[in-house]
Amino acid sequence: MMKLLNKRNIILILILLAVVFPFINQNQYYLHILTLAFIWTIAVYGLNLLAGFTGYLSLAHGGFFAIGAYGLGLLTVKGGLGFWLSFLLAPLITMAIGLVIGLFALRTKEHFFAIYTLCVGYIIYLVIDKWESLTEGVRGLIGIPAPEPIGPITFTTPIAQYYLTLVIFLLVVLIIYRIVHSLTGRTFIAIRNSEELALSLGISTKKNKLLSFVLSTFFAGLAGAMYAGFIRFIGPEIAYTTITFDLLTYMIVGGIGTLAGPIVGTFLILILSQNLQFLQDYRMLIFGPLLTLLIIFSPRGIVGFILLHYSNWKTKKRMTIPKDQVKEG
Amino acid sequence: MPVLSIMGLTAKYGKYTSIKEVNIEVIKGEIVVLLGANGAGKSTTFKTISGLLKPAAGEIIFNDEQIGGKQPDKIVELGIVQCAEDRKLFPQMSVQQNLMMGAYVHRRNKGQIKQSLKEVNELFPILYDKREDAAGSLSGGQQQMLAIGRALMAKPKLMLLDEPSIGLAPLIVEQMFKSIEHINREGTTILLAEQNANAALSIADKGYVYENGKIVVHGSSAELFSNEEVRKAYIGA
Repeated sequence: MMKLLNKRNIILILILLAVVFPFINQNQYYLHILTLAFIWTIAVYGLNLLAGFTGYLSLAHGGFFAIGAYGLGLLTVKGGLGFWLSFLLAPLITMAIGLVIGLFALRTKEHFFAIYTLCVGYIIYLVIDKWESLTEGVRGLIGIPAPEPIGPITFTTPIAQYYLTLVIFLLVVLIIYRIVHSLTGRTFIAIRNSEELALSLGISTKKNKLLSFVLSTFFAGLAGAMYAGFIRFIGPEIAYTTITFDLLTYMIVGGIGTLAGPIVGTFLILILSQNLQFLQDYRMLIFGPLLTLLIIFSPRGIVGFILLHYSNWKTKKRMTIPKDQVKEG
Repeated sequence: MPVLSIMGLTAKYGKYTSIKEVNIEVIKGEIVVLLGANGAGKSTTFKTISGLLKPAAGEIIFNDEQIGGKQPDKIVELGIVQCAEDRKLFPQMSVQQNLMMGAYVHRRNKGQIKQSLKEVNELFPILYDKREDAAGSLSGGQQQMLAIGRALMAKPKLMLLDEPSIGLAPLIVEQMFKSIEHINREGTTILLAEQNANAALSIADKGYVYENGKIVVHGSSAELFSNEEVRKAYIGA
């Protein structure tokens, strides 16, 4: 049984489920929610790369998500560029802005970094909200085009959009996996562990922190652009700090600094929220205490909890086998 | 020819002066020991050499190059590697991954890394046996070996070893000093900070004695051994 449930098989089953989902589910609304969940997860992966693996908790992530969304929206609606070119440019623009902000933000550490980035996030919101001649302010950007067809493939139906999102999502997970398991990823983890130690091994912490920051804004911008292309209407509220804190909650519940955490957290909370809609805002009365308990008892979220107990169980198994042999012998 | 000359080095933590007008000279191939109680300034000297702390005054010359105040990663690239006190490791990474992090400055030279890994594994075979284990699961002595092994992966010309014997059982300490002697014979100059004066002086060429941030006595190991004050304070006989 355990052999069937190894890591690779679980991943394959999950991908298979995601692929067949539109066929077994006829409810358009669920398809919509799932597509959104994939998009949010991409943004959470960006946050997790910086906060989880590098140890720098950025609270400007919602702002960068919005920059990606508005990047795509403005380039298509006002710039008249094609969808795919804009889709390529939006995350790059987000990265460029991220680079400039990162240069300043990374002069701070820990709480100061969190507070600094919180302010940056709010400023991004204010710029989007008040710069009406560019962003249309509170009226929002209307008429963002759907993805243009690639050859014979069109993206007008919800199912097509679902698959497009799924493909990009899987690519992102693969890229994140490769980053985390590369020397660059271990360098980030080294910085999270101890910056002084990383420095004394010859790691330029400045360069690597900036790299992590910029990569994280790339994924935020990518998710934002996908969101804008999917919803096709955006307003300044997507830059508001509540988005940042939503992303943060998904990451913490799933498991900060783990690879599966962003998926688990985002899907779990989004599905739970849907099922608890009848409670309206009183949902938070359930989420709040749950989140507090989770942080107290499992700081590395659900995935961290499972990993810890799985490794304990494995060591126990390893320790007990020789004991039995000794008894028999 | 001195590999490292420190002249009039003063370093401060904020307003508090930690070391004052320290002069040290290390010749190529030597083992030089810094003796002194906790807080006497040994670790501060190390931090200033490795670039973690900017000097307030004085010069640090390494192979004819002024390195005082340079970025730590540049100093590692030049060939000075610090093996920090309290055996700082990356506890969640495996033993081998920890070693690989030590070779960070040679990350584009795969052949060299392979060679260094082989040398470290020969010096500390236990690290090879436990290569897949999490570094956090090692015993104190093994952690110290890993910390030294990781520093060796950078192929240092000068290695700064901060209290390698601290908190280890006497038998392990003896092994540790043998390993240090071996590393030195293989061509690495070593600057060693120790409280265990007896063991340290037995392998060192010369030593400097710190008191309250200043060097009060220095000389060859034999001189320090026979120095009345040093014996009383650090050797206890």
